[in-house]
Amino acid sequence: MGMTMTQKILAAHAGLDKVEAGQLITVNLDLVLGNDVTTPVALKEFDKMGVTEVFDKSKVAIVPDHFTPNKDIKSAEQCKLIREFAYDKDIENYFEIGEMGIEHGLIPEKGLVVPGDVVIGADSHTCTYGALGAFSTGIGSTDMAAGMATGKGWFKVPGALKFVLTGKPKEWVSGKDVILHIIGMIGVDGALYKSMEFVGEGLQHLSMDDRFSIANMAIEAGGKNGIFPVDDKTLEYVKEHATKPYKLYEADEDAVYDGVYEVDLSQLEPTVAFPHLPDNVRKISEVGDVKIDQVVIGSCTNGRIEDLRVAAKLLKDKKVAKGLRVIIFPVTQKVYLQAMQEGLLETFIKAGAVVSTPTCGPCLGGHMGILAKGERALATTNRNFVGRMGHPESEVYLASPAVAAASALTGKITNPRDIE
Amino acid sequence: MKAMGKVFKYGSNVDTDVIIPARYLNTSDVKELASHCMEDIDAEFVHKVKDGDIIVADKNFGCGSSREHAPLAIKGAGISCVIATTFARIFYRNAINIGLPILECPEAVEKISAGDEIEIDFDNGVIRNKTKNEAYQAQPFPAFIKEIIAADGLVKYVAKS
Repeated sequence: MGMTMTQKILAAHAGLDKVEAGQLITVNLDLVLGNDVTTPVALKEFDKMGVTEVFDKSKVAIVPDHFTPNKDIKSAEQCKLIREFAYDKDIENYFEIGEMGIEHGLIPEKGLVVPGDVVIGADSHTCTYGALGAFSTGIGSTDMAAGMATGKGWFKVPGALKFVLTGKPKEWVSGKDVILHIIGMIGVDGALYKSMEFVGEGLQHLSMDDRFSIANMAIEAGGKNGIFPVDDKTLEYVKEHATKPYKLYEADEDAVYDGVYEVDLSQLEPTVAFPHLPDNVRKISEVGDVKIDQVVIGSCTNGRIEDLRVAAKLLKDKKVAKGLRVIIFPVTQKVYLQAMQEGLLETFIKAGAVVSTPTCGPCLGGHMGILAKGERALATTNRNFVGRMGHPESEVYLASPAVAAASALTGKITNPRDIE
Repeated sequence: MKAMGKVFKYGSNVDTDVIIPARYLNTSDVKELASHCMEDIDAEFVHKVKDGDIIVADKNFGCGSSREHAPLAIKGAGISCVIATTFARIFYRNAINIGLPILECPEAVEKISAGDEIEIDFDNGVIRNKTKNEAYQAQPFPAFIKEIIAADGLVKYVAKS
């Protein structure tokens, strides 16, 4: 019986020739990550462990991105705490706001994750790096503390679901639509405790930015991780961003899967998740008349350069709908600069959108775009739970940057195909 | 080890954003977190909950964010155990790591009603419903997780090993 790609990476990091689903193992970690919300809790636990140094100063990353630039005094105190820790412990990968970005955009961009790595992060969207052929998964603050102290983490080896992607997506269909479709198909707990392995000839039509979006939302199906095989596009990305050595793993031919799903990308339409769960999806043609108060384009799911380019393509020389608030936040400083150099920011501002510094802010109802009672947002973010973006009686609809930009022009959820 | 208390019952997919909304995550003070626990789906929870009470919920409890503030808020509110059909995996780890007992038991979830008086024996996984005079058998923890619990959480487990 063979192993899945995830199982092979875990086995290698546990020093074992073979692992199987359900087995409890301890693995060596290549990177331990935290942010300004989860790290303060981790530091309390780190202190209790009786260690004075982190296991490897180059393998810990701390990114203050949630409530930064600090939204209030309490947030400032939390950031101060982690900043002092980072300086005290000589953490090499601590990123102050001027050089930062939303962690899951920043970490790959900085070359801190490469194929074959095992990464844990005290943020559920750590699963994003599976796009690079790494095993990466979200954990809590205590696991982060233990990881920083020991360089090891315990895991139950996951079984896997295989998604065989075929065909070529139509215009305006992106990675976001692929993952929303899949979550709609299997449900928000459809991949509970399992890996989601994305394979198939359809991958050639998915850019790295598409793959980051897909892997990013594996958690929204309950997945432990999402993972892609490494191909030329991955290696090109790695070459451009990273210097550390990588290792390639492939699933065995006879690997065992708990389920295999075929997804014909050519049949997908732009897809929208209605409140209040990411699996409550509808095709754009079945959305009906949904008026919105705010559009948010950005986040660790969809704030990358391709996302901004597609939004700009639709917004170019047009104006956002009267009375609509449109907030765009690039995922990192680098993407922000690139968007500026390409003239995308000018397009956004002339269209009547605001462009924010990179921050998780509005996605989780932190700051920079909170909803009032009864308001509706269409967002390219990842969660539409009750109260996610503000008042418990507000609503969030999830979609791609193309749908978000098209909707920004009309004030209601709109198919980008219908924009001239 | 035993737990005893009244039941607060919820449905499927209780996410960490409703357990503790992100607008309160600018602190890690457990008492403050606990004072907002569940408020977006059950504003009465924090006023009614007493030490030892138990949350019973259906599938995928604790889905969403990795915030450890969620089990911390529940524990801080006085809850002695969460019983669910299934748990989201990060919540499951976090609960074990901070010493909040959790049990998977579909039968208990099906038969227990809000307000029932429940007694749980963690040694054998038996859940007794004193109101309905019934008993249900929960899944026992894997041995490795029992070791973490026996060490009183991951921190002491790591410190010990």
